[in-house]
Order: sequence, then C-alpha cells, then structure tokens
Amino acid sequence: MRSSRRDFLTTAATAAGAAAAGELAAHAQDLEHSHDHVHQAVPSDLALRVKSLESLLVEKGLVDRAALDALIDTYEHKVGPRNGAQVVARAWIDPAYKHRLLTDSDKAIAELGFGGQQGEHMVVVENTPAVHNMVVCTLCSCYPWPVLGLPPVWYKSAPYRSRSVIDPRGVLREFGLELPDEVDVRVWDSTAELRYLVLPERPAGTEGLTEDALAALVTRDSMVGVAKVLPPRKGGGA
Amino acid sequence: MNGVHDMGGMQDMGPVEEEKNEPVFHHAWEGRVFAITRSMSAWRKWNLDALRHERELIPPAEYLSMSYYEIWLTGLLELSVKTGLVTRAEIESGKPTSGSPKRSPALTADKVLPLVAHGTPASRDVPVAPRFQAGQRVRARNINPVGHTRLPRYARGKLGTIERDHGVFVFPDTDAHFLGEKPQHVYSVRFLARELWGERAKPRDTVYIAMWDDYLESA
Repeated sequence: MRSSRRDFLTTAATAAGAAAAGELAAHAQDLEHSHDHVHQAVPSDLALRVKSLESLLVEKGLVDRAALDALIDTYEHKVGPRNGAQVVARAWIDPAYKHRLLTDSDKAIAELGFGGQQGEHMVVVENTPAVHNMVVCTLCSCYPWPVLGLPPVWYKSAPYRSRSVIDPRGVLREFGLELPDEVDVRVWDSTAELRYLVLPERPAGTEGLTEDALAALVTRDSMVGVAKVLPPRKGGGA
Repeated sequence: MNGVHDMGGMQDMGPVEEEKNEPVFHHAWEGRVFAITRSMSAWRKWNLDALRHERELIPPAEYLSMSYYEIWLTGLLELSVKTGLVTRAEIESGKPTSGSPKRSPALTADKVLPLVAHGTPASRDVPVAPRFQAGQRVRARNINPVGHTRLPRYARGKLGTIERDHGVFVFPDTDAHFLGEKPQHVYSVRFLARELWGERAKPRDTVYIAMWDDYLESA
C-alpha cells in the first residue's frame, strides 16, 4: 500500500505527540520496528503535532518563539481590513488621491502607511454603476494582506475558487448580491504576484460623513468585490 | 501540473459559506503553523513558488480533505526535510538528532516588523523587453507542464487581449524548481467570459488573468 503524505504526517506527529507526553523511548523503538501501527496507538491531534514541531524547531535554533508570537500578533491585531477601509474612504473624499490609487496603487497605499508582505504589487480596480469587479485566486489563496489581512476561509475554499470564474453572478447571489444584466462583471484571478483591491462604490446618502465615518461603512467583502457598501442605517450608529 | 489545486471552472464543490465574525485563526495551532512557515522561509532554502508547488504535490484526495493550515503544515514539513533543515527522524521523534548543530534563528522578533512592512517583492529591476503591448491580441499557450505553473487550465488555448504591462517579475515555472528566476514581463490579460465558458456567459463579462510572457503567443 502506498504510504501517503498524510500518513507520514500523522505517524510522525502522533509519535512526536507521544514523545511530548513522555513516551519517547518506547515509541522511538516502535517507530523503527512497526511504522504502521504507531498512529493507531496514540491520539492524532493537530495541536499536539504542531506543538511538538515547534519545540523541535526551537530546540534546533531554526525558529525564534518570540518571532512566532510577533507574527501572530501582527496578523491578529495590527493588519486587517480596517487598513483597506481607510484607503477606500480617502479615495472617496479626495479625487486626487483616488487618481493616484488607481494609477500608482503601491505608492498611494503607502501614503497611508500600508504595504509590504503579500501586497508588494497592488492593483486597485474601481466599481461603478456599470462595472462590478471581484477578486479570486483559483490556484491557491493569494490575497492583499497589508490592506485586508489574512483571507477568510470562504475565500480559500474550493467552492469560491472553482466557481468565481465560471459563475461569478451565481457566487455573488450566494453573498446576497444580485447584479442586473447591464452591469459588467470583471473577475480578477490572482495568478501572479499582483494583489487586487476593489474600490467599492460610495453609497448614496453619505455626503455629510467624515472620512472616519465613511471608513466605518466599508466592509472586507466590499473590497474583495462580493458585496456593495451599504448606506448608513437610518437612526443607527453607522 | 494539472492538479486539483487548479480549481478554476470546476463545478459541484457546493455553496460558498461565509462565517460571521470569523477569527483570523480558528485554533491556536493554525497561527503557529502560519508563523512557523514564515519563519522557516526566512532561511531562504526555498522560495514562495517552491512552497506553493509543494502544497500542490499533496495527492488530490488528501488536498481536498485537508483544512487550509493542514495543507500549509504538510508543505512546510516536506520542504524542511527536502532541504535538510530537519530530518524525518527528528519530526517523528520531536527531538533533534544528537550531535546536530544548534543554529541561530534566521527570523528573530526584531526582524518581524521590517519583514511584514517590506515584504519580498517578486519584481526584478532588469532590462527585459516585453513581447507584447497593451491592446494586442494574444493566445494563452496550450501547455501542460508536469511541474509548477501559474497558467490555469481554464485559460489555456484561449484568446485574450493585453490590458496592461505590469513590468518584470520572477517566473514561477522555473523558480519553483530552483532553475533560475527567468525574469519576464507580467500582463493583465482580459478574456471574455464567453471565450472561456461559451454562450451561457454574459456577453460583456470578463476574466482578467495575470500572465507571464512565456504563457502567451501572438494571435
């Protein structure tokens, strides 16, 4: 029987998990003699496998635990769709900025202090009453991290990756967005290192809002192009 | 490689399900896998194209059944072993082989913010002439390489129009296999949805695909 990669991982990591539980010697012997049985004997648990891997890599000096913590903190707390929302709001109130954003996206985004990993080469595409843009990565999960953070599960999922290019209007319908036939749909497949940000339409009834209030209206989904930005709710604290 | 990762145009994968108030990581281990992968990549034993390809090499049935960060973990472990940063025995035991050298981490905490802020640009400032101009009609080549490629199957052989030249970038098909960067121009190429999918598509809908010079021929 062919030994699959997953078997290798399961065997390896469950063994490592057992090692972490203090059963290293016994299982090291087991591994040498009967590879196939070990993963049946100990619990398979991804958390344990990863913990064991991290300990190994720290012990070998290959990773720095403080760097791991800093990376996680960055993407959990500092980089996310609020960045993109600021870019959108600025473009809505400042036509000169909007022009720079659409023509020299990296520089314009950097003006607000954003850029870097997985957003080194940005392309901003504008939604209008006649054109609706949406973004996908059919081959993996490419996404503009500096302005939107890490992608949500649906963006990385097989249903979205497979159908966005062949049935974009059907996918948009699942997000609650029904586009009239007269609106052209443009789908951007992130096959290279270009990362796309949709500049959504500014909703009606927002003329008096401040830049911050406008940014608060802008959702992640509207910047991926699977939703529109909704006007502030009447009487609500938009 | 015509793998299952190349999903554009497949059907019957089910509805797109959005999760309300989704956390960045659903489990602590997912964040650790994300961060370990970024940290291990700092050793520069591989590049992003090689990492993507390693994930594509996961057999289709397993790829489809794995969660996202399980795919990341698999790719990371395979490349770490292939490049000699760790051994399979070490992964199996969870302990360094006795006598193996202790290194100093390539990515330390003080380097995280600069890495995040500057990224790792794939553009190259080298004088390479573009083969195509904006407005030119092109055909995506009908190639089926067994190695890594970023030319999706659904576009192969199809007619499109060069929309914009984005400049010179590393070529993933060679870079993923450590065969050099082969820098060349990348274009946004516009395809009519009808050219890709036939008459059921709306006549003015389009798909824009980023393509390297080597993916294109004159039409």
